[in-house]
Amino acid sequence: MSRKLMKDGRPRSPFSITVMALLALLWSIPTIGLLITSFRTRDDAQSSGWWTALFNPFGANWTASNYSGAWTGQDFGSGFINSLVVAIPATIIPIMFAAFAAYAFTFMDFRFKELFFLLIIAVMVVPIQVSFQPMLGILGPRGLGISGQYIAVWLLHTGFGMPLCIYTLRNYMSTLPRSVVESAKIDGCSHYQTFWRLVAPMSIPAIAAFATLQFLWVWNDLLVAKLFLKSENTTVIVKLQQLLGTQGQGQELLTAGAFISIIVPMIVFVTLQRFMIRGMTSGAVKG
Amino acid sequence: MTAGTSAAAPRQSLRADDDPQAALRTQPVKIAVGLVGMILTVWALGNLFLAFGFYPEKFGSKIVIGLLAIVAGVGGAAVIFYFLNMFVEGLPARLSEGLIPYAFILPGFALVALMLIYPTFQTINYSFANSDSTAYVGLQNYRTIFGDSEFWSSIVNNVLWLVIVPAVVVAFGVVVAVLSDKLSANGEKFAKSLIFLPMAISSVSAVSIWALVYAYNNPGQAQTGLLNAIWTSLGGDPQTWLQISTAKLNSILLMVILIWLQAGFAMVLLSSAIKGVPEDTLEAARIDGAGEFQIFWQVVIPQIKGTIITVFVTVFITVLKIFDIVYVSTNGQYGTNVIANLFFNKLFAASEAGQATAIVVVLLLAVTPLIWYQIKHFRDEEANR
Repeated sequence: MSRKLMKDGRPRSPFSITVMALLALLWSIPTIGLLITSFRTRDDAQSSGWWTALFNPFGANWTASNYSGAWTGQDFGSGFINSLVVAIPATIIPIMFAAFAAYAFTFMDFRFKELFFLLIIAVMVVPIQVSFQPMLGILGPRGLGISGQYIAVWLLHTGFGMPLCIYTLRNYMSTLPRSVVESAKIDGCSHYQTFWRLVAPMSIPAIAAFATLQFLWVWNDLLVAKLFLKSENTTVIVKLQQLLGTQGQGQELLTAGAFISIIVPMIVFVTLQRFMIRGMTSGAVKG
Repeated sequence: MTAGTSAAAPRQSLRADDDPQAALRTQPVKIAVGLVGMILTVWALGNLFLAFGFYPEKFGSKIVIGLLAIVAGVGGAAVIFYFLNMFVEGLPARLSEGLIPYAFILPGFALVALMLIYPTFQTINYSFANSDSTAYVGLQNYRTIFGDSEFWSSIVNNVLWLVIVPAVVVAFGVVVAVLSDKLSANGEKFAKSLIFLPMAISSVSAVSIWALVYAYNNPGQAQTGLLNAIWTSLGGDPQTWLQISTAKLNSILLMVILIWLQAGFAMVLLSSAIKGVPEDTLEAARIDGAGEFQIFWQVVIPQIKGTIITVFVTVFITVLKIFDIVYVSTNGQYGTNVIANLFFNKLFAASEAGQATAIVVVLLLAVTPLIWYQIKHFRDEEANR
């Protein structure tokens, strides 16, 4: 009997263990295939499946040349830096604006508050495609002429990320004890001081959660980067998409390029997963 | 600017200590410093960002621009709010109390208005205009797209995606959440991490990954695609999977990619909902003699219904706008086109802004019920708070 119990005293479930092991394996296989293929030579990759290299690791020709080829030859190196330059400001800037707005929506009373907030909820659902033709006009040569530059993309991602950020932060802030803010007010703190000294530090978990989501979204975005960045400023995802489009030559670099595009979000994801799950479960879902 | 802030900051605290009535009076110095500070900050930020745009070479390298942008964006936002706050506090107390909330929501809301609300109306406007949005053509764009068979086949595909993907993702999420709940703590963490991981992967990278699964080699050659390797070992002929539109097979294979990406999201939310189901309700059902299966359907499911609906709606919205996977893998060929991809090709490959915006308006109409749902959901939540 004791062998069938886990450390915490619950019965062991062989069925769950088997099914979950299978599912976890199934979910990992495609990525494992990519990782292995990215280290295989062009000839090997074209003449046999990646699993043959896995089963016979000493008979296969391993190489890192795909990575150097993608990084310098296909310019994934500058795409990688562009991705960072695009993604980091586009993650941090919306949070600042949204945090103030979320504070107002949570702790202040004002006319049309409900209407403003409902508008925020409504635009969360609106497809971002609505903004392309008008924003190409405003940011493009007929307007400000900044289309193609980083700032155009920062602005767009800030606008597109704002509704969700305000919504997430407001949901989190409304779980903070109101009495803290009330007592700060009695002590003579202005709203500005209350925000910086109390509410912003207390909201760090939600901010971290949104930052993770927004970073992944901006880094992984194809549409905005493709339309609003000129080719020397473009991101690693656009580079990968262009490489996918060219059949034949450079195919062996594709897997290495894909891995280069995955590695940063994966690191961010693994390190901040804890925050993200907490934020997702406390912010997006309460019902 | 710096002189202004350092002079004004102590004044505020002194006044408050000296004379409680001071806070109620108008303070012209604060108003002036706040106003000038705001204007200067916006002006400086605007120039800096325009300089990034027009003279990127002056900054040396991209990394310098990136670092400067982070500092200027975040610091600038803080400084703007500082002066805005000072300006509003300088106003007479009654006015100030009323204005501060608007000052706080203004910058964020202005960006939402510029990037999403204004374009929504402008897009509706453009949908009645010609291909470069210079003259009105009435309903011509709508007539053209409704007469286009590609449009209707895209609609059919979109509906198929909407019927299949959210349901499968939710069902999968529930199954994984229930099963992983029965594992040891470490086993659960490990298995869930592996299923959650694709959430970090972009659609473009996902298509690259799945290209290795769907790859095709001529008959007689070794099959390098996993699916064809399995298929041929079972005695079949190698297939070009993404070109088979019979029974929408290729669309379904593309859906598999999205399900693979989204499953982790559903699992995480549903798993935390299942852990929130009170143990005593399960215990009571067991005492009453209910089997595990009955407990699942009649005790667990009703209690996590809210989360199920939330996950379903979130995935539904994602699927409605599905673009990247189709664009990168087939670009809508072989009968796999979807609305968002059709829009993209109309706008950029065909330069038909009128028809493209008309397609977005159709998409917009499709999401309208969801807006209503989201608002209702929010109101219910507020009522329960």
